[in-house]
Amino acid sequence: MGAMSKVKFGIVVFPGSNCDHDAYNVARRVMNQDARFIWHKESSLGDADVIILPGGFSYGDYLRTGAIARFSPVMKEVVGFAKKGGTVIGICNGFQILLEAGLLPGVMLRNSSLQFICKFIYLTVENPDTRFSSECRRGEVLKIPIAHGDGNYFADAGTIASLHEHNQIVFRYCSSSGEVNDDANPNGSLLNIAGIMNKEGNVLGMMPHPERASEPMLGSADGKKIFQSMIESLVLS
Amino acid sequence: MFQSTITVTLRKSILDPQGKAVEHAIHSLGYSSVEDVRIGKQIQLSINSASKEEAERITDDVCKKLLANMVMEDYTFTVEKVR
Repeated sequence: MGAMSKVKFGIVVFPGSNCDHDAYNVARRVMNQDARFIWHKESSLGDADVIILPGGFSYGDYLRTGAIARFSPVMKEVVGFAKKGGTVIGICNGFQILLEAGLLPGVMLRNSSLQFICKFIYLTVENPDTRFSSECRRGEVLKIPIAHGDGNYFADAGTIASLHEHNQIVFRYCSSSGEVNDDANPNGSLLNIAGIMNKEGNVLGMMPHPERASEPMLGSADGKKIFQSMIESLVLS
Repeated sequence: MFQSTITVTLRKSILDPQGKAVEHAIHSLGYSSVEDVRIGKQIQLSINSASKEEAERITDDVCKKLLANMVMEDYTFTVEKVR
């Protein structure tokens, strides 16, 4: 990709997605890139460089969060795109869909408080050497909101060990000063996990919403770094 | 026609916060002997198959592929001939 051409974001829209327009707005207006919506019944991703599975409540969260969306026709294409090394980011419900689709390991349990939590939280960048976090420093603290009822990340001990071994834990919940502890864990996630990627490093899932925090007017522009990282990784590749 | 009745629950090794909350409520009603409350879901399927064995196989497949997430949930089911 030439340095002058724009990155093309493909934003998948499921019935019940509700952060699709926020993602579109950030990609187009804030980042000045190309973006288009991809309806879940489409059987092609077109020429998208990055696929965003946005937040929301696909299929009303029936059965389990993300469990029905993974059978949408477009998901076959998303899986194929991911297997070929394409950049895929799942945000909130998008993360839950990636877990159900088996593109990322583990599951989301109900928040330990049983409450739906919608507030700004802090996350620390555990791994800055990824195409989703390269614009951040290691240990940098980002202020980004969460909005979920099922964000309590769980995986068996073997999976957690493997995540560690391959540096797949990208973001963890922390205090405003960057301490990772129980008090800073909003939902009970194992190891305060807020975002993980696959072994290959091209698929990321995160519960916090960078698309809701990419302009100072919205209380934080830290989310922009995640979009900027993806753009840089594609422009430089 | 066969009817499958499936029960999906969180695995025993996983804390069930909903179950815990209900357990506390039961205790506040005075039933202190109640413990280990677990909440799950029941799913019913009607299956037009030739045999009970086939209905059981289909039920098991559907549980594994969709109805239960084996990372966190267990399932049990019964199959009955309904007509």
